[in-house]
Amino acid sequence: MVGDDAVIEGATGSWEVVIGLEVHAQVISDAKLFSGAATAFGAEPNTQVSFIDAAMPGTLPVINEACVAQAVRTGLGLNAEINRYSVFDRKNYFYPDLPPNYQISQYAQPVVGPGMVRVDLEDGSVREVGIERLHLEQDAGKSLHDRRPDATCVDLNRAGVALMEIVSRPDLRGVGEAGAYIRKLRAILRYLGTCDGNMEQGSLRCDVNVSVRRPGAPLGTRCEIKNVNSVRFVQQAIDYEARRQIDILEGGGEIEQETRLFDADRGVTRSMRRKEEAHDYRYFPDPDLLPLELSDAYIDAIRAGLPELPDQKKVRFVEQLGLSEYDAGVLVAEKEVADYFERVADGREAKTASNWVTGELFGKLNESGREITDSPVSPDDLGDLIDLVADGTLSGRLAKEVFDAMFESGRPPGEIVEERGLEQVSDRGEIEALVDTVVGENADKVEEYRAGKDKLFGFFVGQVMKASQGRANPKVVNDILRQKLD
Amino acid sequence: MAELTRLTIAEARDRLRGREFSARELAQAHNLAVEKARPLNAIVLETADRALDMAEVSDKRIANGEEGVLEGIPLAVKDLFCTDGVRATAGSRILGNFVPPYESTVTANLWNAGAVMLGKANMDEFAMGSSNETSCFGPVENPWRLPGNGSPIVPGGSSGGSASIVAARAALGATGTDTGGSVRQPASFTGLVGLKPTYGRCSRWGIIAFASSLDQAGPLTRTVRDAAIMLTAMSGYDPKDSTSADVPVPDFEAALGGDIKGLRVGIPDEYRTDELPAEIAALWQQGLRWLEDAGAETRDVRLPHTKYALPAYYIVAPAEASSNLARYDGVRYGLRVKGEDLVDMYERTRAEGFGPEVTRRVMIGTYVLSEGYYDAYYLQAQKVRTLVARDFENAFEHVDVLLTPTAPSEAFAVGDKSDDPIAMYLNDVFTVPASMAGLPAISVPAGLSKSGLPLGLQLIGKAFDEETVLRTADVLESAAGFEAEPEPWWEMTQ
Repeated sequence: MVGDDAVIEGATGSWEVVIGLEVHAQVISDAKLFSGAATAFGAEPNTQVSFIDAAMPGTLPVINEACVAQAVRTGLGLNAEINRYSVFDRKNYFYPDLPPNYQISQYAQPVVGPGMVRVDLEDGSVREVGIERLHLEQDAGKSLHDRRPDATCVDLNRAGVALMEIVSRPDLRGVGEAGAYIRKLRAILRYLGTCDGNMEQGSLRCDVNVSVRRPGAPLGTRCEIKNVNSVRFVQQAIDYEARRQIDILEGGGEIEQETRLFDADRGVTRSMRRKEEAHDYRYFPDPDLLPLELSDAYIDAIRAGLPELPDQKKVRFVEQLGLSEYDAGVLVAEKEVADYFERVADGREAKTASNWVTGELFGKLNESGREITDSPVSPDDLGDLIDLVADGTLSGRLAKEVFDAMFESGRPPGEIVEERGLEQVSDRGEIEALVDTVVGENADKVEEYRAGKDKLFGFFVGQVMKASQGRANPKVVNDILRQKLD
Repeated sequence: MAELTRLTIAEARDRLRGREFSARELAQAHNLAVEKARPLNAIVLETADRALDMAEVSDKRIANGEEGVLEGIPLAVKDLFCTDGVRATAGSRILGNFVPPYESTVTANLWNAGAVMLGKANMDEFAMGSSNETSCFGPVENPWRLPGNGSPIVPGGSSGGSASIVAARAALGATGTDTGGSVRQPASFTGLVGLKPTYGRCSRWGIIAFASSLDQAGPLTRTVRDAAIMLTAMSGYDPKDSTSADVPVPDFEAALGGDIKGLRVGIPDEYRTDELPAEIAALWQQGLRWLEDAGAETRDVRLPHTKYALPAYYIVAPAEASSNLARYDGVRYGLRVKGEDLVDMYERTRAEGFGPEVTRRVMIGTYVLSEGYYDAYYLQAQKVRTLVARDFENAFEHVDVLLTPTAPSEAFAVGDKSDDPIAMYLNDVFTVPASMAGLPAISVPAGLSKSGLPLGLQLIGKAFDEETVLRTADVLESAAGFEAEPEPWWEMTQ
């Protein structure tokens, strides 16, 4: 199944958009990949820099095992082969934010080999996207061009932080799939706790490979768009780039393989360097580091500690909790949502919990532009609210009113119900009195009903509820009305 | 006091413990000798005050019975080692007045053992050279001169300053580093013992890198026993160096003095080249007889890939160097020459900062790693390296140690080979194969050439079997009875 946006109609016919993504995911770890310096985001410039990160003479890198474990964990989460033997290479190029003027990366022998991600598409279908490899490498520092009028400053806090480069196969078609893939990959990383997935802070960055071809034709020449830092920008970049390539091809031109930059302000891609200008990185095995050798026991131990991942969770929600595929998919898409839901559903009817979370809660969160992690309603309070409905204290309609008040104030449901006197009335005597009044005031309607106009029953229920200001237990009202009328 | 500088490390150690003199007195005598030896240009930074301060601490430790194995022993340190708070140059302009705020593991080990630092020794720029003529501080002179001839002789390289200062009796020992022969060849040229340990025996942390897969620290001393004492202190696993070996460090001095009856000594056929001067071939033969006389069995072995080792070395080492030296870019420390833009700054800084030999090797290294050439050069050289190592493994199935000449010539005159890189590189022909295989090897002074300059013989051992190498070297040293010393002409020039 291919998304609607996978094919673009050009002037001379249809073109298929083929996309591969290289995602750079910053590893969650206390220390950098080859030094003991800290990795926290947002620290004062150059306060998290070791002698190694600054490439002082005579300093040597030593692999941080925690980063290796994170890469292996991620590889397992991507259903990928873990290579027992991998090698760190030097990628040589000069740039001031790269102090040794080489980046330690993995070239021919990465730590993680082929894998696969299941991407849920909007139409409910699932697409399997191949992962080619995952390798560990160092991040660079940052050049700061705006600090001084006469010079560029360099902040090395990020220099040497561990990155996982996750390379997909060119299996994606269209912007919808590309976006869904990034979101799914991000969710898996966050479930695994190996990357916080924060695109705004640059913890997750994408290079996008785009080519176009006539449906069924061999792959076209691709262009690589560097450093695109949000799902929306990725989609804009692909859309622009695909149309640019189609225009060239339809004009009789040829696509040149090149590296391009995405200009987010103008929504266009610009040539950065052509193939003949491509760097010769002179990769060679880093002689300061030994090859990375992993034992089966090491990998098995990490495997045993893997959390439940979104695909597994979804299956469980459907098969064990009886949720629909759709609801389950929505609930597992973000780890925080799944966690919230599971807390609400704990000991309660799952379908009800799901309805509250995906209905009322999502609605209010959307309205107020909040994330579930800043929800004023805690999962425990929402659970209590559901309990109040289940035990008959609140009617469904009033429960929604109470929920709105909870969302406004952040207060627990019990307090609100008590303060506003919203408890449901189930006392038969009290309700019978209301029924008698309604029946007495509507003698003509009673006649009509008894003559066979069945649907008037709803009218009576409505009148009784109105008389009770909505607090009467509808079940009891029904019950008593049937007694009185039938 | 002059006789204090003529002691061996072992003698000085014993007499310090016997309170015959103080560490301070020993340091003072050496400070004076270092000062007198200035005409040799062997020391680029004298640390006389530091030496006295360290010696005073040593005296206290000796008084308290807390002395380390090198307590109070004055040493020179090759300027490739970073020592905390002391300028380190690697013999290059590009480091400017760089003062490292950290200490190399090897020197830290030496100071922990009580050694006293006399100064930083001159060296070929970034350890690239076999004559100590590529230093930005100018050439080092060998204390040895041709009898009746005052023209300067090279001390070998790259640890030429270390060799020169120890041979001049101005330091009891010195650290060197050996990438393709940079400890052993200068030892041979100056009548000293020079030991390159097994790759991984000494940590490389804090040693400015030349070729990471080959660089090893090693001692330059006047006796085999002194080399054993220094190596014991220098060695040890270091978690800060991923390539350092987590193996126990024996007391190497304890390995000396044993007999070598039945020891199998291999003579590699491939080292008998046509170019080998007759007197060196004869000395080699003599060395063989000395070991046989001591009860060793000698036998011929084949190391068929030897002739490829040197060319492969001159691919692998420059390749690694081209990348290791990329960090000297003018951005963070050392020399910066302003330019019109970033690339211009890089180019001017590196053009001005690096000398011609370093520039040559950076260019060779960059070339052999380039796309399209990598397979033909770098990859091929790595295959050769594997074959060279396998040659040694095969040989060591039949023998315990190998005996070869250290260098194909005696020390030559300053300027003799500095215009001919290939002739210079050929100096490493006998030392490079053991470097490529990561094996321990030692040069022992074995005699004088006809013209009166020292010549060394090399022993190569199995990986991490420095004990057999040292034990055999000890026997060779005794048999050779090399007692000659250079005339102290430099003392007269002042």
